[in-house]
Amino acid sequence: MELLSGGEMLIRALADEGVEYVFGYPGGAVLHIYDAIFQQDKVKHILVRHEQAAGHMADGYARSTGQPGVVLVTSGPGATNTVTAIATAYMDSIPMVIISGQVATHLIGDDAFQETDMIGVSRPIVKHSFQIRHASEIPAVVKKAFYIAATGRPGPVVIDIPKDCTLPADKFPYEYPAKMKLRSYSPPARGHAGQIKKAVDELVLAKRPVIYSGGGVVQGNASPLLIELARLLNFPVTNTLMGLGAFPGSDHQFLGMLGMHGTYEANMAMHHSDLILAIGARFDDRITNNVKKFCPNAKIIHIDVDPASISKTIIADIPIVGAVEPVLTEMLAILKQQGVNHPNAEAITAWWKQIHEWRAYHGLRYAPAAPGEMKPQQVVEMLYKVTGGKAIITSDVGQHQMFAALYYKYDRPRQWINSGGLGTMGFGLPAAMGCLFAHPGEQVVCITGEASIQMNIQELSTCLQYDLPVKILCLNNRSLGMVKQWQDMQYEGRHSHSYMESLPDFVKLVEAYGHVGMKITDPSQLESKMREALAMKDRLVFMDVYVDPAEHVYPMLIAGGNMRDMWLSKTERT
Amino acid sequence: MRRIISVLMENEPGALSRLVGLFSQRGYNIESLTVAATDDPTLSRLTLTTEGDEQKIEQVTKQLNKLIEVVKVVDLTEGAHIERELMLIKVKATGAQRAEIKRTADIFRGQIVDVTPSVYTIQLTGASDKLDAFILALSETAILEVVRTGVSGIARGEKVLSI
Repeated sequence: MELLSGGEMLIRALADEGVEYVFGYPGGAVLHIYDAIFQQDKVKHILVRHEQAAGHMADGYARSTGQPGVVLVTSGPGATNTVTAIATAYMDSIPMVIISGQVATHLIGDDAFQETDMIGVSRPIVKHSFQIRHASEIPAVVKKAFYIAATGRPGPVVIDIPKDCTLPADKFPYEYPAKMKLRSYSPPARGHAGQIKKAVDELVLAKRPVIYSGGGVVQGNASPLLIELARLLNFPVTNTLMGLGAFPGSDHQFLGMLGMHGTYEANMAMHHSDLILAIGARFDDRITNNVKKFCPNAKIIHIDVDPASISKTIIADIPIVGAVEPVLTEMLAILKQQGVNHPNAEAITAWWKQIHEWRAYHGLRYAPAAPGEMKPQQVVEMLYKVTGGKAIITSDVGQHQMFAALYYKYDRPRQWINSGGLGTMGFGLPAAMGCLFAHPGEQVVCITGEASIQMNIQELSTCLQYDLPVKILCLNNRSLGMVKQWQDMQYEGRHSHSYMESLPDFVKLVEAYGHVGMKITDPSQLESKMREALAMKDRLVFMDVYVDPAEHVYPMLIAGGNMRDMWLSKTERT
Repeated sequence: MRRIISVLMENEPGALSRLVGLFSQRGYNIESLTVAATDDPTLSRLTLTTEGDEQKIEQVTKQLNKLIEVVKVVDLTEGAHIERELMLIKVKATGAQRAEIKRTADIFRGQIVDVTPSVYTIQLTGASDKLDAFILALSETAILEVVRTGVSGIARGEKVLSI
C-alpha cells in the first residue's frame, strides 16, 4: 500500500472523492497541506482574498451543481472568517466540507498563536464536525465528511486538522474507503407507503389545493417530478425563496413566490386553500406570518427528509418523512395507477378562476418611474429580457434580492442562487464566482446593491486572477433599502443609519481591479448598456444602475396577521 | 410536564458538548443530566430530564436524533420505567438530633456513610421525588451540603435500548 503523509492523504482523498476545486487561503497551520497541493494537479486550488468569500464560492459551486463545495483555510482567523459562510450554508442545507488547520496537537488548549477552538465555534452551525487526532484517520474522516454533508438533509461539515497530523515526514498507508456506513446515521430514503397513500387520497379530494414547494425540491433533484405531479393534478404551485426554479417561473400554473414578499395570488391561494401539499419546505416565519392564524381551513401534507422540520411550527395532518424524489415517484405511481379522477373537478376549475382573478388584481404591479428615473423592478425585468431568462442569477440580501426573486422568472432549478435562511449580505459575488467555476461559459449575473457588494468586493481581484466574467448588476439606491423600507413603515420614516454617503466611484473601483465599469443613470440607455455589458463574454462588467431610492418591495405581509393580510403598495392594504 | 429522555450515543470526544449545545442553542432546558460509558465502551448512555409539552418534547427528540453521534433516543416517560437518583447529603448531627436523623434516614432507607462527632453524611437512592421528600423531612437548619447525581432511568420489562 502506498505511504503518504497526512497532508498528501488529505489532497489525495479529495481527489478520490472527485473534488475539482478547493477554495481557500494558506497560512501557518496548513502549510504542509499547501505543499501537498503544489505537488499534484488533480485538485485545483482557488486563491481567494478573504476566507468568508471562499466559503460562499464553495457554497455557490454546491448550489449550482449539487456537489459538495470544499473550503481550505488556516487556523484561528482563517477558520473564524469562514463562520458566516458556514452558517449561510447550514441555514439553506447546502453540502459543504470545510477543512480548517489547527495548531499542533501538543499546543491545543495553550492559547497558541492563531489557535481557535474551531470545533466549538462552529458547533451550532454545522451538520457535523471532526477533529483529526492522527494522520492515519484522514482518509476515513474525509469519506465520512462528504457522506454526511451530501446525504439526508445536506449541510456543512468541518474537518479540523492539527498541523502535526500533516507532517511531510510521517507517512502512513493510504487507502480511500469505497463505502461509508455509520451505525448512528441513516438518512431516511423512501417515505412510509401508508402515509403516501393517505396523502394521495386527500389530494384527489381537494377543492382548493396548493402545492407549496421549497429548497428541498431543488436539493433533492426532484423538479421534473414536481412538474409532473402538478400537471397531472392541475394544481397551482407556489415556491419559497429557496425553491424558485423548481417549478418553471413562466408557467401558467405557477403562482410566484409566497410569504413575506410573496405575490398576492400565492398568499391569497395559501390562505384560502383547503389542502396544502408542502414539499421540501419548512414553514419558516418568513412564510407563515402568525402561525396561530396560518391558513385556517387547510389540511397539511408535509413531505420532508428531515423529520425535525415536520410539525416544528405548523402541525402536519399527514407527515411523510422521506427524500422528496422517491416520495413523489411513489405518489405519481399511485395516481397513475388509480387514474386521476377528481370528484371535485368543478371545484378545481372554480379555484383556478378565483386564482386568475387574484392574479389580475395585483400581478406584481408597481408605479412607473418618474421621467428620467428608473425603478429597480424595471431593471430586473430588463435583465430578464436581455438574458432571455437563461442566466444563472445570484443575489445579495435586501430589496434587490426580493426584486430579483419576483421580477426574474426562473425556469430551471439551480438557476437562482441566494442566501435565503441566513440572509447574508456579501454572498452574491463570491457565489456567482463559484457558479462560474462550475459552469464555465454560462451567463452568470450577480444582482446586488451598493451596500451588499461592498461586503465582499475584494473578490474582484480573485475574478481577475481566474478570468471570471461575472456580470454585476448593482441596483444602486444609495441606501440600505430594506432597512429603510421598514423604517418608513414602522418608525415614521426615521432613517437611522440606512443611507450611505461617500459611496465609492464603482466604475473607477472596478477599473482599478482590471475590469469594466458602467454607470447607468439614463433609463433610455438601460437596454443598450445592458446588452453591451452582457456581450463582453470574457470580461467582468459592473453595471452601476441608479434606481429610485424611495421604492418599496410589495406585496408585504402585515406582521402578526395571516397570509391574507398584505400591504400591496405604500397606501393600499388588503 | 417532566420528561426523562434516554440517549444512546457514540462514546466520542465532543459528542456530549454537541448534545448540551443543542439544548442551549434551541432554548430547551436541561434539569438534570447523567452520562457514562455502557458495557460496550464505544457507547455512552445518557439520561436527561427536561420540561415541555408534547410538541416540544417531540421536537427535542427529533433534534437529538439528528445529531450524528446519537444512535437512539427514547422518552422513558412514555412507558413504564424505573428512575433512580443518588444523593449524598451532609447534615449537622449533634445531641438529640443524632438519633432523630438516623431514624429519618432509616425510614427513607438511607445509609449513613460517614460519621464525625457533629456530622452525618447520608447516602440515599430513589426517584427524584423521594430525594426531595427526604430533604423536606430533615430540618432545614441541619443540612450542610447536598450532592445529587441527576436521574438515571431504564424502561421496565422486556424493552431494551440498544443498537
